[in-house]
Amino acid sequence: MSETAPKIRVRGLRKAFGAKKVLDGVDLDIMTGTSTVVIGGSGTGKSVLLKCILGLMEPDDGTIEIDGRDLLRLPPGEQRAVRAQIGMLFQNGALFDSLPVWENVAFGLLAQRRASRVEARVRAEEVLGQVGLAPTVGDLWPAELSGGMQKRVGLARAIAAQPEILFFDEPTTGLDPIMGAVIDGLIVDCVKRLGSTSMAITHDMASARRIADRVAMLHGGRIIWSGPPDALMDSGNPYVDQFTHGRREGPIQMELRR
Amino acid sequence: MREAITSAAGSKVGRRLPDAPLDAVAALGRGVFAACRATGSLTLFALSGVSHLLRPPFYGRMFLRAFIEFGYFSLPVVALTAIFTGMVLALQSSTGLARFSAETAMPSLVVLSITRELGPVLAGLMVAGRVGAAMAAEIGTMRVTDQIDALQTLSTDPMKYLVAPRLLAGAVALPLLVLVGDILGVMGGFLIATVSLGFNAATYLRNTVDYLQTIDVVSGLVKAAVFGFIIALLGCFHGYSSRGGAQGVGAATTSAVVAASVLILAFDYGLTELFFAK
Repeated sequence: MSETAPKIRVRGLRKAFGAKKVLDGVDLDIMTGTSTVVIGGSGTGKSVLLKCILGLMEPDDGTIEIDGRDLLRLPPGEQRAVRAQIGMLFQNGALFDSLPVWENVAFGLLAQRRASRVEARVRAEEVLGQVGLAPTVGDLWPAELSGGMQKRVGLARAIAAQPEILFFDEPTTGLDPIMGAVIDGLIVDCVKRLGSTSMAITHDMASARRIADRVAMLHGGRIIWSGPPDALMDSGNPYVDQFTHGRREGPIQMELRR
Repeated sequence: MREAITSAAGSKVGRRLPDAPLDAVAALGRGVFAACRATGSLTLFALSGVSHLLRPPFYGRMFLRAFIEFGYFSLPVVALTAIFTGMVLALQSSTGLARFSAETAMPSLVVLSITRELGPVLAGLMVAGRVGAAMAAEIGTMRVTDQIDALQTLSTDPMKYLVAPRLLAGAVALPLLVLVGDILGVMGGFLIATVSLGFNAATYLRNTVDYLQTIDVVSGLVKAAVFGFIIALLGCFHGYSSRGGAQGVGAATTSAVVAASVLILAFDYGLTELFFAK
């Protein structure tokens, strides 16, 4: 594989729910070791795109390549092996509320029998430290944590197995601006420390500029613009400009009823 | 379509059949299709769950947790149900049998009713309300809060981690509960018979043991294993399929309990036919 080959390559990805085409030929390249942020309005298919890549949703058509291997045409066992190198931070944390925090963080290690419970506990405390949480937090239950702490624990869980690829679904949603900046900083630190390739979806412009090496905008089921974060607020693309400045007037018309 | 039917029948072109009868047929058809689809989905879900029981990795900790929830924490409610059922059975059968001067048959009637029928069915219904609902609510909440998606991203098959251990726990724990319930139910009848109805304790126990056969107990335990599997299956299935937030989880919980209760009664008839029909 050449050095310029993308870590993740998506081509012609389509997904419809009934008559509604959510993804209508998405093309996206994410280069190794870079952070790409996909922006777009609510209901434009950002989460669907992420779920298709993660294998949580089956696309109708298209290809999803990771390291040059088309996931959709691999046998299920190999698909799982490729996807095992992906860590994911969910929008609401999605912590397992029947397990204490340390078991949440070490879940992947324990489930894949990659560590004993003692080793997993040590690793969980180490990773909790990396996201700015004390080892004692490991004994708490998810319901005892604030929103920001839940996000940190979710991030710790995502990075515990040191994945090559990290996905973030709306990492700052529901957080105050300071905590949002803290989470963004942790994301950037973790991605750099692990040398991972990352993809985030958000409609928080400040977050996008902090995290991204490259930004892509999803609208009408396609990627309509892609560029560096510096160009985000002055892209020259009327759709992107309307979205990033939050203008009511412009080419994007909000659907009030489907 | 209605116009086509009308034309085929030789009626005036453009005249439409009355709506109501066809709407009723359409509604019936939709109901039948929905029932077939639900049955098919449930069958595939059950087969998938059982197949995961046979293939590693196995989650012993999850089995243990489900077993304790199913068996240990249901013990008080099953015990109380069994004792009171035995007591009521003794009282009712005593007054009923007295009309035929057949009071001496009361011990055997109590033990056969408890072991063959009331023990497994009542324990099943009680556990369906307690554990089946809890399973549907827990798994349903996991579904609507993305926890099941999170399991998959952590290379863990939710069917293997959440469903298979619960199915096994249900099939193992309920027979043990019913065994305890059988003993307590007979004891309830014994207490009423000896304390309140004036039976001789030794005679009562001898009559109980003499008329009890192995098949009576075994059939009840087999029923209990099937009922336990059904309770876990429907709790998991409805929870796993739940959609739409708190309302969806509530609906899943109700469906799990209602469906499990109906299936328990239906399977009870089928298994009774299997064991005892001549």
